[in-house]
Amino acid sequence: MSASVLYDAPGPKAVVRNRVYAVVGGAAIVALIVFAIKRLSDTGNLDAGMWDIFNYAGIRQNIADAVLATLKVFGLAAVGSVVLGVVLAVGRLSDHRPVRWLATTFIELFRSIPLLITIYAIWVGFLTDYSMWALALGLSVYNGCVQAEVLRAGINSVPRGQSEAAYALGMSKTQVMLGVLMPQAVRAMLPTIISQLVVTLKDTSLGYIILYPELLQTARLIASNTLVDGKYPYVSTIVVIGTIYVTMCLLLSALATWIEKRGRRAKTGIAVASAAPAAGIDAPVAALGVPAQRPGGAGGADLPPATGTVATDGTGEPGGDTGTAKTP
Amino acid sequence: MNVLLDNFPEFRDGFIGTVSITAVSSVIALVLGVVLAGMRVSPVPPLRFFGTAWVTLLRNTPLTLLFLIFFFVVPQVFFSGLSPFVLGSLALGFYTSSFVCEAVRSGINTVPLGQAEAARSIGMSFPQTLRLVILPQATRSVIPPLSSIFIALTKNSAIAGAFSVAELFGWQKLMSDRGYSITPVFIWVALGYLVVTFVISGLFRLLERRMEVAR
Repeated sequence: MSASVLYDAPGPKAVVRNRVYAVVGGAAIVALIVFAIKRLSDTGNLDAGMWDIFNYAGIRQNIADAVLATLKVFGLAAVGSVVLGVVLAVGRLSDHRPVRWLATTFIELFRSIPLLITIYAIWVGFLTDYSMWALALGLSVYNGCVQAEVLRAGINSVPRGQSEAAYALGMSKTQVMLGVLMPQAVRAMLPTIISQLVVTLKDTSLGYIILYPELLQTARLIASNTLVDGKYPYVSTIVVIGTIYVTMCLLLSALATWIEKRGRRAKTGIAVASAAPAAGIDAPVAALGVPAQRPGGAGGADLPPATGTVATDGTGEPGGDTGTAKTP
Repeated sequence: MNVLLDNFPEFRDGFIGTVSITAVSSVIALVLGVVLAGMRVSPVPPLRFFGTAWVTLLRNTPLTLLFLIFFFVVPQVFFSGLSPFVLGSLALGFYTSSFVCEAVRSGINTVPLGQAEAARSIGMSFPQTLRLVILPQATRSVIPPLSSIFIALTKNSAIAGAFSVAELFGWQKLMSDRGYSITPVFIWVALGYLVVTFVISGLFRLLERRMEVAR
């Protein structure tokens, strides 16, 4: 925070004042944390017995199985959403009006319905006995719509000369789309795509509600079935499970940030999207700024208007080279 | 059609529930988010650290887990006797506050450096600069992302329904328990959400237009 908008390098008086604020603020925060921990231990939630349960092989096995189940559904949903995203994005940019219309309706509809409702409807209506597939399908549909919008923004951000040149070479629309535009769009949007995958990973926790035995559902089962000294170990279970979730999500977003940094170095003339970090269950869109501005903004990428961090390293050759990253 | 007409009172209650939990948690998220953003840009390290930790932690935690905490831990340990509605609004508000914080913070970063320098050079203090110069200007660029955040919040409120807060998802559950076929139920619930989200995006577009200023 060296060059902040808000304050200069502090002078001697400000240094003293800031130290006072630091001590007072720090004390307040510490007091809050101490209070929370004291309450937790007073109510017996931090007793050794509460943590001992994680020494049992059975419970460890349960958690391992749950992580596996979560990752399985995440894998299915990740592949499903990206594939669906490509299909829908191409559909939205189709030359045939019915196809375009259909894709747009599909995207707008499923993007504005809460994911939970879609999943639940699929589960109750069609796949009652296959909660894993209901969850994976619901996640794919919703996130596919978001990925489609991300990809569309990416395709729109490819300089027009690229497709013109490709058409001039006699390529067909399909060839232009799949051979020229899509690879560049995916490359530019990879950070955002991965950030959306983080959201997908977090959303697997909705399996809790349709009784799919993923991490959160297992956590609740462990916590409500193991009685330790007349108490249920909710706190310790939540700490353990929460840590697993946060670690998985952070790893994935670290990947996105890493790719973003890499992308910034290569000069293609296409702005690499900033890795809008794991947004809300649906907020990714928020971070992207895609939904607010409907199709209108052709031309440049629909990048977050607010974040001043969009990589504009556009000084490279205006045409840019297709996909081949110049690794220094 | 029958599903709606036969169960209209429940549907109405569900719709009102969705609207009110959205409204209450929006307020919580907005207030908390702005305070956190203030912490994150302040020159005081502990506050900055707290803000960063809050945002990182809450943004990488599934909302469902947060609901679990608020419904199973908070009543036992901290405050017992809160209604599901209050607990649900708090969970949603806390979760969303981290996104609001990030939006506000990046909004603050869009304000030209010269503005703050000018404010300081006429002798304004940090709170004055923030309140009178930076935040009003930041508001404009924060509105579009905020609109998306609140639309997301509306959709996320469905999870509250699974935790026994009366809202539209709860209605869907109730109807499928009563044996209605899922498709019409789904359509009505979807329409309910569409109404709420359209109103929100309309309000924000209005706000955006009113605050528009040539730069």
